[in-house]
Amino acid sequence: MDRGFRGIAWASAAFILVLVVYIIFEIGGKALPAMSQYGLGFLTSTTWNVQTEQFGILPQIWGTLYSSLLALILGGVFGIAIAIFLTQDFLHSGLAAVFRTIIEMLAAIPSVVFGLWGIYVLIPLLRPVADWLHGSLGFVPFFGTSLSGPGLAPAALVLAIMILPTVASISVDSLRQIPYKVKEAAYGMGTTRWEAILKVMLPTASSGILAALVLGFGRALGETMALAMLIGNANQISLSLFAPANTLAALLASSFPEAGPVEVRALMYAALALLAITLIVNAVGLAVMKFATRKFEAER
Amino acid sequence: MSVSGPTVESNMRDLIAASRPAPNLHRSPLELRALKSGILTALTWIGALLASVPLFSVIYELVVAGGSRLNWETLTALPPSAFETGGGFGNAIVGTLVMVGIATLISVPLGILAAVQLAILDPDSKLTHTVRFLAKVLTGFPSILAGVFVYAVMVVTMKTYSALAGGVALAVLMLPTVVLAAEQAMSMVPKKMKDAAYGIGCTRTQVILKVVLPTGAPGILTGVMLAVAGAAGNSAPLLFTALFSNYYMSSLTEPTASLAILIFNFSGMPYDNQIELAWAASLVLVLIVLVFNVLARLVGRQKY
Amino acid sequence: MNAHSEMKVAAEVAAPASLGIVMNCQLEKVFYGDFLAVRNSVVPIEKNKITGFIGPSGCGKSTVLRSLNRMNDLIPIFRFEGKVTYHGQDIYDKKVDPVVVRRYIGMVFQQPNPFAMSIYDNVAFGLRLNGFKGDMDERVEKALHGAAIWNEVKDKLKNSGLSLSGGQQQRLCIARAIATEPDVLLMDEPCSALDPIATRRVEELMIELKEKYTIALVTHNMQQAMRVADTTAFFGVDISQGSRTGYLVEMGPTKKIFEEPEQQLTREYVRGEFS
Repeated sequence: MDRGFRGIAWASAAFILVLVVYIIFEIGGKALPAMSQYGLGFLTSTTWNVQTEQFGILPQIWGTLYSSLLALILGGVFGIAIAIFLTQDFLHSGLAAVFRTIIEMLAAIPSVVFGLWGIYVLIPLLRPVADWLHGSLGFVPFFGTSLSGPGLAPAALVLAIMILPTVASISVDSLRQIPYKVKEAAYGMGTTRWEAILKVMLPTASSGILAALVLGFGRALGETMALAMLIGNANQISLSLFAPANTLAALLASSFPEAGPVEVRALMYAALALLAITLIVNAVGLAVMKFATRKFEAER
Repeated sequence: MSVSGPTVESNMRDLIAASRPAPNLHRSPLELRALKSGILTALTWIGALLASVPLFSVIYELVVAGGSRLNWETLTALPPSAFETGGGFGNAIVGTLVMVGIATLISVPLGILAAVQLAILDPDSKLTHTVRFLAKVLTGFPSILAGVFVYAVMVVTMKTYSALAGGVALAVLMLPTVVLAAEQAMSMVPKKMKDAAYGIGCTRTQVILKVVLPTGAPGILTGVMLAVAGAAGNSAPLLFTALFSNYYMSSLTEPTASLAILIFNFSGMPYDNQIELAWAASLVLVLIVLVFNVLARLVGRQKY
Repeated sequence: MNAHSEMKVAAEVAAPASLGIVMNCQLEKVFYGDFLAVRNSVVPIEKNKITGFIGPSGCGKSTVLRSLNRMNDLIPIFRFEGKVTYHGQDIYDKKVDPVVVRRYIGMVFQQPNPFAMSIYDNVAFGLRLNGFKGDMDERVEKALHGAAIWNEVKDKLKNSGLSLSGGQQQRLCIARAIATEPDVLLMDEPCSALDPIATRRVEELMIELKEKYTIALVTHNMQQAMRVADTTAFFGVDISQGSRTGYLVEMGPTKKIFEEPEQQLTREYVRGEFS
């Protein structure tokens, strides 16, 4: 009985290892035919044409990275600001709990619901702003087109809202890890609250916050539904914030259900590319986080 | 009471010190540092308030646009076709609950057993470290790839989209959350409780079943509830595992409707009726997700 | 305590009369929330002397020390009633900025708490904060000399302050505190986390430092107070009303407090009859 139970527990843990290997093997294996057929040119060509069987995912890679980067900048700034807000005595505990709940609820809203909100609330709201920016600052590449509906800006905004809780909660954890004596030391030196935050607390928590940003970025890279609904699914490369674009995940979401065998092979290759990008980004984020934790253990 | 009086010596030093001007301790709000502090504080407040705007906007829209269509018909009827009026998404509610149920049945036992291995039986082996790391990597795994994986493994071999495939895809996403939460809950069980149980002659299995699991139960349940909430709201992996259906499901091996896919499909349609239903379905979906979130909070401790 | 009113009068009379008094703490009540932590204590701090605070745990000696540069303001439920005059100004006056106060009245804490940055940056921290424009290297070296740690760290100024041993970290924190040349140095049990050898070094350092600075020292160690303090303040705890409230029992030259105290309570404490 004892041995049997321990055997089952061991097998369950090993199953997770097997599962990850199997996922990589399965997606990699299914992508293999397309890899040998299209080679690395798949990653650098820009057409996706089922009729001519020409496939390339450069626009999707561009769109994935560009939208995630924009989301990271916005979500990162707000996420870190909120982490500071929640940890550095700006609020009485009651009010802090309210804000914490708001952030937790933000994390709980499903992706499709944000997509729906983006289509019917955010885009109509953004359109006049975008048109004005395009009209008066059209020479700036970022405002090079007008917003005809779906596009990069609404997608990146929603993405920013979705990664904000990730960035905020990991940053909160790393700011909370700082021993109280460090805060005392800062104030004891005669810092103002913001000098303590900017010169002592943030540098001390920097690796944890960096991990928060990397993991938030990883989340943005793989986010699917809201993007499929908001980004416009246009296979083009543009710097303009208002142009429609596409991402790897959105490509999979919009093309997979109706794809024939040839396209499915190409999609598997695209899935492998997405898998590789997100695995690398997440592994880097976790490694940074581990480093951050170690630093504090050494300190205590 | 005696306070030592001034001595000649200290008077001398004081005369020297007196040449140093008395410090001005007053705060001048226009001093650069004070000004900077004030501006940053204001910006942080604005940032925090701005960040809460989307949530309130989403909730407002859900209540106004979704709430107005919420009635018995929408909760039970089948989705309307293009020009039809009325209709609902009863089949999608059933489909979502069934698939989340399947995912829970698979991921919870597996996740808790794996967590036992990680937290109690062998907390410091190579396998444990690897599995722990992979579980963390999997939490950041794009959900659509779980769909791609299950498509390749199940849909292709079974030659049909199915609720089963959808449930398995969601299970892949729930598993790491359950494992990590359960591991954390179990490793927080105090050592002295375990020692006490060993002391009266319990086997490891008995200690785990009688002491560790019951003590860690609230934390484990919290993790499970959060995983369920996440799975219920997740739609990407269902796109090409469960697909969609306009009818109530009759078996686990046929294409199955879900709320999330219904919202996705209806959101792009040019008909008011479908868009209203998409909002109503969103409201129902958010309520389901929130119920599990609230349950998670009620059963467990506060996280972050 | 029947000595309160007398004591207060005595100190108020004594304080202005003595030019050697840099700070005078005229504490009436200190609360944490509803809890009265310290009451009626008048503690003058003399220039270029070490004033030691001793007393049993819970007597509020640390609280009083931390009231002297408004460190307790970090605790939201903390409330101070009374006055702390510093060069004639009440530091609890509404118009006074605690941030400015702490620049004149530095602090060294119980646990060494260097920042997670290099040794050099730790010492330069306060100078940079105040927009110091002169020769930074010189000032950093001077502060490290002042804290008697220069020889140990001069070859590794770029290393993290956290890489030092506990005793070195504490002296680094002292260097950090004196780099900006504050007027008064508050030390809250600075040796409690150190081994005896490191403790001796820090004690020697304190005696050197009093040539330039005024020091107020909380210690749980009576021998330490005897060794370094010029003046000693003894605090007691009043547990009569169901809560624990600290207050100043007696203050005077260290020799007098330890050899011929006026109060029975002090006598019992310094003889180790209760703790």
